[in-house]
Formats: sequence, C-alpha cells, structure tokens
Amino acid sequence: MDETELLVKKLQEKDVYAFEKLHEMYQDSVTGIAFNIVRDQELAEEITQDVFMKVWNNAASYSSSKGRFFTWILNITRNTAIDRTRLKAFSKKNKNLEVENFVDILEDSTNLEKRTNGIGIKDFVNKLADQCKKLIELIYFRGYTQKEVSETLEMPLGTVKTRNRNCLRELKIKLE
Amino acid sequence: MDIKEYIESGVLELYVAGSLTEEENKKVYENLLLYPELMQEVKNIESKVTSLTAAVAPDEKEYSFKRLLMKMVDESARKAKVVPLQSKSSNLIQYTGWAASLVIGMFLFYTVSQNTEVQNQLDYTVSQNNELQTTLAQAKSDLTNKENILSNIRFKDIVTVPLQGQKVSPESYAKVYWNKGKNKIFIDVQGLPDPPEGKVYQLWSLKLNPLTPTSLGVLDTFIADGDKIFEITNTNASEAFGITLEPEGGSESPTLEQLYTLGAV
Repeated sequence: MDETELLVKKLQEKDVYAFEKLHEMYQDSVTGIAFNIVRDQELAEEITQDVFMKVWNNAASYSSSKGRFFTWILNITRNTAIDRTRLKAFSKKNKNLEVENFVDILEDSTNLEKRTNGIGIKDFVNKLADQCKKLIELIYFRGYTQKEVSETLEMPLGTVKTRNRNCLRELKIKLE
Repeated sequence: MDIKEYIESGVLELYVAGSLTEEENKKVYENLLLYPELMQEVKNIESKVTSLTAAVAPDEKEYSFKRLLMKMVDESARKAKVVPLQSKSSNLIQYTGWAASLVIGMFLFYTVSQNTEVQNQLDYTVSQNNELQTTLAQAKSDLTNKENILSNIRFKDIVTVPLQGQKVSPESYAKVYWNKGKNKIFIDVQGLPDPPEGKVYQLWSLKLNPLTPTSLGVLDTFIADGDKIFEITNTNASEAFGITLEPEGGSESPTLEQLYTLGAV
C-alpha cells in the first residue's frame, strides 16, 4: 500500500490529518478544473469547498476497484462545477464559455505573471497541436467519455486513446 | 500480455481521466493488480495530470483548509438547527446532532493540535534564542577580556620577562608582562603542563642578592582558565620571577626541587 492509498484508507476512517494531506495534494487540481469550467475565481473556490465536503462525507463510498482516488475527485469536481453552471444566475453572466478551453487560462498573460505553476507550462502548451488541446480539454477538464470525444471531434474511437497518449506525452518533458 | 503494447495503447491515460466504460475500467483495474509496471505508469500519468490541472488554478487564493473546516462546522450546525423543524424523527435529530458535534470536535481537535504544534515550535525557538544570547554574551565578555589583556601587553612601558623551563620540566616556558607604573603583571602560562591533582602552580617574585622569594599567589584556576593568562598585582621591586609546583593552597616558601620556570628581569 503506497502513501496515497494509506491516506485514503485513513480518510475513510474520518482521520482529519489524512483529509488535510489529501486536500493539499489535490486542491489546486480541483480549483483548476472548476476554474476552467466556471471562469470565476470566487465561484471556483466555492466549488472546491463543496467538492472536499463531498469527499469527506462520501469517502466511505469510494473503492479503489472503481478507479483512482484522483479520478474519483476529478469526477466530483466536474459534476459539481457543471451543476453550478446550470444555475440561472450563472448562465446569464457567462454566455460564451463553450468556445474557451484551459489553454486560454494558461495563455492569459496578465494572469500568468502571478501564476508560478503555469509559467513553465505555457510554452509547451502553446506548442501543442490544436487537436491535442481539444483532446486534453475534453478528456481531463470536461470528463468526456471516450465515445463522446470520438463523436465531438469526429475521430475514430481507437484513435482517441493513442492520440491522447501522444498529446500527453508531449507535456511530459516539462511537467516532471 | 504485452505490457509495452498495453501502455502504448493509451488506455491507462483514459483510465486516469475516468473516460472508459465500466467494463473497460474493471479490466484495467485487474491488470493493474497483476502488473506493477502498469500501476507505476498510472501513477506517472496521474502526477502529470495533477500538475497540468493545478497549473490552471488561480494563484492568489483566498481558499484554505481552515476555511473549509469552518464551513463544514457551519453547515453541520445549520443542518442540526433546521432539520428538527422539518422532521419529527427523533433519530434524525439525534443523528444530525451527533454529526454536528463530530465535525465541531474534529475542528477543535485540529485547531488545538495545530496550536500545540505552533506553541512547541515557538518554545523551541525561544529556547534557541536564549541559548544564542548566552553564547553571544559569553563571546562578548571573552572578547573584552582578550582586548583588555592585549592592550595591557602592548602598553609601551611593559617589561617582558621570558621564563625558561628548569630541570623538572625543561619543556616548560612562561612569560611575564610587567607594568611597573601600575604595579601589575600579566603572566602567560600557556607553556606549562596541567598541574597534577592536589598541586597548584605558585608564582614568586625574587630578589637575587640575597635570594628572597615573595609569593605573588597561586594559579589555582589554571585548568579552568581558557587563555592561561593571569593578572596579578606586584608591588615588589622584582629581579626575577619563578613558578613552582606546590601542594594545594600554596606554600610559605618555594619548593625549589619543583621549580618549573625561571626568568630574570
């Protein structure tokens, strides 16, 4: 059992320290996913809060046989964020979100100056093929299934897998 | 199974994303349990996706774990208040009450243990600080002491008297710096061995014709003294200085068989 698995097990026993550790590990990812969907920092932080409250309350329902703990959190995040966008107040305020993806946030230069995490990533995200950007957006940030991606991008089902792997491999150099 | 081919297929990337069907997902999980290389690859992908998604988060955040806990306490307190009005089930009231107290307890525990940790760190820092202060004060006083000695030795009217090692201890040596105007001598005994237990060095002022020794005192802090320089008052018209080894407390007259060093002015 590695450290993360141990933390998850302790979280399921309502260990608040384990909760804090896991929170530390994933909070930025959760906020990142949420921010990309709602494009509002305050709202993204509210969503992050909601996500971790769900994580605490529903930890017992997670099982490693269903997937990675990280994947479980990603799912909760996307669902929580998408639920928020369905609220009336939200859709009035942000109409044309559909055309944007995570790359805009990284490319937003005013934002990027403050963004210590993003600085190294910007360069090679820019170099990614447009199709890669779309794939990563749909698969990791939006939580599309393989089939949905295949339909949206009009790409054969099997190609989605290999193409996505290659795209992610492009990112490998600087992220590790 | 060809592990490399399996990895190359890109199925693990979709597994981490949660984009596979339930059936495919189950299969991957089974393979992960069988092949550690696959599990390692999954962890690599996961860490990459964690960094990528985290990079998109705004940097200046108001959000913190503490806030989250406070919100959780708030929520459960609110539920505990609202639910009884809507529900007649006493079990539910009990349950939410317990839930609230659990979360509050958890929060308190967290806060208290955080505080204790901070307090411990603070205590440690304070004690370290005190230690440093003491060391600093010690160093300052040592320095003043040394500067004092140095300025005395450099004084122009100082008479320097080297004392040579004698029969019992030919290797020994010492040096007297005599300020006649101030009736003060500094004796540097760095070149003497530590006296054996129960014995002390005694410094003598000598007149040569006839040989008249006058005790200038015992160097009873010889071992403890760091720089081995002693400041002693000398009102005698000394013609020579000698150091002998004497029983503890010193002697009336020098034991000449135990004369360690001697030097004439």
